[in-house]
Order: sequence, then structure tokens, then C-alpha cells
Amino acid sequence: MNNDLNPRSNHIMVELDQAKKIYPMGGQEVRALDGVSMSFREGSFWAIMGPSGSGKSTMMNIIGCLDRLTEGRYLLEGHDVKTLDDDALSEFRLKHLGFIFQSFNLIPQLTVQRNIELPLYYLGWEAKESEERAIELARRVGLEKRLDHRPTELSGGQMQRVAIARALANDPQVLLADEPTGNLDTATGDQILEMLVDLNNQGKTIIMVTHEDHIAAHAKSRLHMKDGVIERLEGEFE
Amino acid sequence: MKYNKFWRDVLLGVENLLLHKLRSFLTMLGVVFGVGSVVAMLSVGEGASKEALEQIKKVGSNNIIITSMKSVEEETETNQRGPRMSIYGLTYEDRERIARTFPAVKQTVPVKLIREEAHIGERSMEIRVVGTTLAWFDIVRRPLLAGRILSPSDFEGHSAVVVLTEYGARRLLATKNTIGENLRIGTDNFMIVGIVKSEGGKAADLQLPDQEVDAYIPINIAKTYYGDTTRDGTDSREMKQVELDQVILEVEDLEHVEAVAKGIEVMLDRFHTKKDYAMSVPLALLKQAEATKRTFNIVLGSIACISLLVGGIGIMNIMLASVTERTREIGIRRAIGAKRKQIITQFLIETVVLSTLGGIVGLGLGIFIPLVITLTAGMPTVVTPLSVMLPLFISIAIGIVFGLYPAARAAEVDPIIALRHE
Ligand SMILES: Nc1ncnc2c1ncn2[C@@H]1O[C@H](COP(=O)(O)OP(=O)(O)OP(=O)(O)O)[C@@H](O)[C@H]1O
Ligand SMILES: [Mg+2]
Repeated sequence: MNNDLNPRSNHIMVELDQAKKIYPMGGQEVRALDGVSMSFREGSFWAIMGPSGSGKSTMMNIIGCLDRLTEGRYLLEGHDVKTLDDDALSEFRLKHLGFIFQSFNLIPQLTVQRNIELPLYYLGWEAKESEERAIELARRVGLEKRLDHRPTELSGGQMQRVAIARALANDPQVLLADEPTGNLDTATGDQILEMLVDLNNQGKTIIMVTHEDHIAAHAKSRLHMKDGVIERLEGEFE
Repeated sequence: MKYNKFWRDVLLGVENLLLHKLRSFLTMLGVVFGVGSVVAMLSVGEGASKEALEQIKKVGSNNIIITSMKSVEEETETNQRGPRMSIYGLTYEDRERIARTFPAVKQTVPVKLIREEAHIGERSMEIRVVGTTLAWFDIVRRPLLAGRILSPSDFEGHSAVVVLTEYGARRLLATKNTIGENLRIGTDNFMIVGIVKSEGGKAADLQLPDQEVDAYIPINIAKTYYGDTTRDGTDSREMKQVELDQVILEVEDLEHVEAVAKGIEVMLDRFHTKKDYAMSVPLALLKQAEATKRTFNIVLGSIACISLLVGGIGIMNIMLASVTERTREIGIRRAIGAKRKQIITQFLIETVVLSTLGGIVGLGLGIFIPLVITLTAGMPTVVTPLSVMLPLFISIAIGIVFGLYPAARAAEVDPIIALRHE
């Protein structure tokens, strides 16, 4: 059932090979990931689904270079992450990944503009250029009038749009979103999803965790997890 | 570019601290008072010791002053027996013996002191006639205000000439124009040849050789006019027979001063049956003053260290709390791609900004307090470059030392745990 209509690329962005994440818990061990093999191609849009505790967030943390595998291999753009030290992982996140979280995770004391500029600050951009970039990104998510506001003065949907702008600041190839609509009402959630679909159409690889079927329906492909393993795949994939 | 980035980071740190103005201010207080007290104590201590040292130096650290004094035994005898003549003190022989025995002594100045009434026309005042040699002016160096000091020909020619001090001249209304005029001392007439400045007063624990009411005359004149027997004190009917009231010695080498003083004491004790002299060694006092200053500085230093330590711990405490409070922020920064050392830098800058600000405010306080002390208590204070630079440097160091641990804790924050939604 190969219905890959996307001619864009066969290039593999993210690859997990027998990936295991095992937490020792007293005498027992928790197998959060228990042998996952999976490739995410460039330009794909995946929804990762599954019951609570099935290992979705664990997988996102691994892909996001925030955590390391206990066993198996993880290749990000062909680089074996295991060989990278903490600084190199940070560098990887900074240059290749964009994060969108359920609880937005904006820094409350910084203005919208400063929040968006954050990746650029760590990339060492000059103040003037990063300001221009922040304004451009704010315009893209429709918040150019809110640049001087603090996150607490924004609605949930607006906060998530700031988070998206921030995730896009470093122009990453891969966007990782862990329940991006989890804290939003349906209408606002749909708006956010539309944005993600747009971004995917512009070529971004998106991996998104969600519980909701109607949200997952926006993605090109769906991955169902259960007890740390892949239960089944759905939609467009190869 | 690097420079720009640094100031941007500092500005970010300041902004963060301004979010919690009261807390930042309270956190700073420890360092403020620590640094403030260091600066204040240093300047007060420096001022006090500088004054003492200056006074001691005025007496001359190469000098030894030996003064004739009625011995304690004689003092009590006198009280019992009523009016009498006491014979005591330094002799011409003593002076020669010292000059002969101690080659390290560069010059010896014999001094005869007589209290007398002096008159110029209608004006009169009680003065201290100082019969001495030329060497006096070499050892007790004071600026010449008018005329000249004594000259060798005054001694050779037995000239009845006198050099007044500024204070005495003013009291007697003597000016530049009075040079060459007559000064009557007691019943004798002297010609005023010059006016010198006088320091007068007490220096720390010791009497300066000169006084404000001095009048200097050649010692041979003093000897012929007054002899060795004079009234003992101004309104006493007792008489004293003292050859030399004072001998001032200048020692060639600073290193030998104390050894020479010891030697002279041993020698004088051999030739004097009673302890009828007192020796004052400015250098010894100088050393003592310096030792006192050192002790003072150590004590101050310890107190300052403790208060700065307390200040530093206060900062560390608040920064640790701040790290805990901002765990999520740290997690976000790390997830976005901040390296550990960038997190460390961020928190370290905040701590150093805090402590340096505290240091600057403390410095202001520490300069202000001595100023108030000087103005109100009249105590001299000195703000030296060291007492300014040291506390500033220390407050920066405190920021680094006590900021390092909280910053390291911040860098250890695990973004996964920090970002787990609550
Ligand atoms: N640090 C940890 N220590 C021990 N066990 C952990 C740790 N992190 C996750 N786990 C366990 O790993 C399993 C997978 O957790 P994970 O957070 O990936 O689930 P999830 O699919 O994201 O669930 P949810 O839908 O509730 O977010 C769970 O059983 C969890 O208890
Ligand atoms: Mg989860």
C-alpha cells in the first residue's frame, strides 16, 4: 500500500534502529521504548498516537536529542547521536530542531520578541538582525502587534503561535511537537494545526504527538505506539 | 563583537535582577555592608595611622632624643625636704662620650633650655630659650620664614643673636621688618636675625624637639648668660643644676638606630648613679605604630572577610533559590540549544552583577561614612586607591566564587525533567 505522492524526497531525516530506552526502577525496569525501528523521511508529517505511558514522549525526547538511548541506534541526518557529547547535542538541537510543547514553554519574563529571538541569541546573531528576523516570524504567525507583550498577556493560542515562531527562528529541518494542541480548545487547536500543515507543505519534517484523532487526521501519516513498541502505521509512508 | 555580546549579557542579567527589585536589593545588602565597612574601616585606620606616622616622621626617624629628668628618687626626696638645689641630667661629658663611642652617630646636638620672659617694646611673652648648636637646624628642619638661621660666626663671635619661631614672632608682633631689631630676654638683649616655622605640639606619644614658643640662641651664649643653674620650673623657687637639658642625636643609618639607642642607655647607666634622663626613639615608636597598624589591618581584614563571606553566602542562597525557581526556564533554554557553559555564564553574570553592584553601593557608603566622621569628629580619614580597588575586586570575586555553585547547579538541570508538564 504505497501511496507516496510526495515526490520531494526519499531522504531519511530521522532513523531509529532497535531503539530501546530502559529505566531501572528499583529491582524492576521500565521499558519506555522496547525496540523501535522507524525512519522518518524529509518532508513527512507524522502523528504519533497511543495510550498514556506507551512511550510517545520518550521517543520525542530521543529524537529531540534531549535524551540518549539505552540500546540501539539513533541517526539524525545520518549522524549517530550516541557519539556526540552534550555540547554537540546542544548544537544539534540549536541548528536542526525546533520544539513545540503542550504547555508552550515560553520564558515568562521575556517579551514575545525576546522569546522568538532566543535561538538566534544562542546562534550568536547580532541584535539588529535577530530583531528583524523576530519581526518577520511574528508576522508569519500573525503576532507582529504583540512583540512587546509578555507571554502572560497572551491567550493560549497566541502563546503557541509564539512558540511556533520561536521554533522556526533557526530555520530547522525538523519540528517536534509534543501534544501542541493539548492545552487549546478545538477551534484554536485546529488553527495551530493548519499552521503546521502549512509548514509541512513548505518542506518541514514534522513529528507530532497527539491523543486526538481529529488532530492526527491532519498529519500525512500516523504511528501507533503501545507498551514501548510500534503497534501499527497508517497513512502515507514507505 | 565579543565585547558587544558581553554587555548584552550583562544587560540581560540586570533586566533579570530588576524583575525582583526588592529581592535583588536585599540580596545585595550583605555585600553592601561588607564592602562599606571594609572601605570605611580602611580609611579611618589609614587616616589615623597616617597622622601618627607623619608626626613621628616629623621628629625624625633617624634621631634619638635624650632628655634630662629628675630621677624618681630625687623627686620624692625633694618633696620631703623642701627647697633645695638638685643636680642631675646629661653632662657635656656624656655628649662627648656618645660622639666618641658610637661612630654610627652622625651628629649630636646639645640643647640648653631656659624659660624666660621676652619683650619687644610693649609686647611680652614667656618663651623657651633654646641654646643649641648649628646642627639643631640640620636635625630639626623647619622652613625659614625670614632672615637667617644661626651661623658659625655667631658662635665664634659670641654674638647675642636670636632666631624666633613663627608663633612667637606673631605674638610679639615681630615681622620681616623686625629682623635686626632687639629682643629682650629677661634682662639680656638679643638681636633678632631670623624667623623659622615651628611644628610644636605632641606627636603621638612623644614630644617634638621644637615648641611654638622657642627662641634659638647659640649655646655658648646660653652658657655664659644663664650658666648651668636655673630655676626649676617657672614659678618654683627650687633650683636645678643641669648641664644639658637635651641631647639630640642623628644616627647615620636607620638600621643602627635601635642598637645605638640600646648602647647609649647601657653607657649612660654606667656613668649615672640615678636614672636621671629619658630616652625617646621615634623609630621604635614608628615601628610600634606600624605593628599596631598591621594588627589593626589584620583584625579589620578578618571582620571584613566574615561580613563579605556572609554577604557571599546570602547571594549564593538566593541564587540557588533562583535556579530552582527558574528550572523550567533553564530547561527551555537547554532544549532550544543552549550549552551548559552558556547557562553557567548567564547565572554567573547575574551573580557578579549583583555582587559588583553591591560593591559599588558599599563603596559609596564606605566613602560617605568616613567623610561624616571627618566632618563631625574631626578624625582624619584617608581613602587610598587600594581601599577603593580592593573591595571592588573582592566583590567581583565574591560574585564569581559564590555564583559558581548555583550556576553549576543550573547547568545540571535536565531539560526533560524541567519541561515535563505539571
Ligand atoms: N525518568 C523516568 N524514569 C522512570 N520511568 C520513566 C521516566 N520517564 C518515563 N518513564 C516511564 O516510561 C514510560 C513511557 O513514558 P512516556 O512519558 O514516554 O509516555 P507517554 O506515551 O508520553 O504518555 P502520555 O500520553 O501520558 O504523555 C512510562 O511508563 C513512564 O512511567
Ligand atoms: Mg507524553
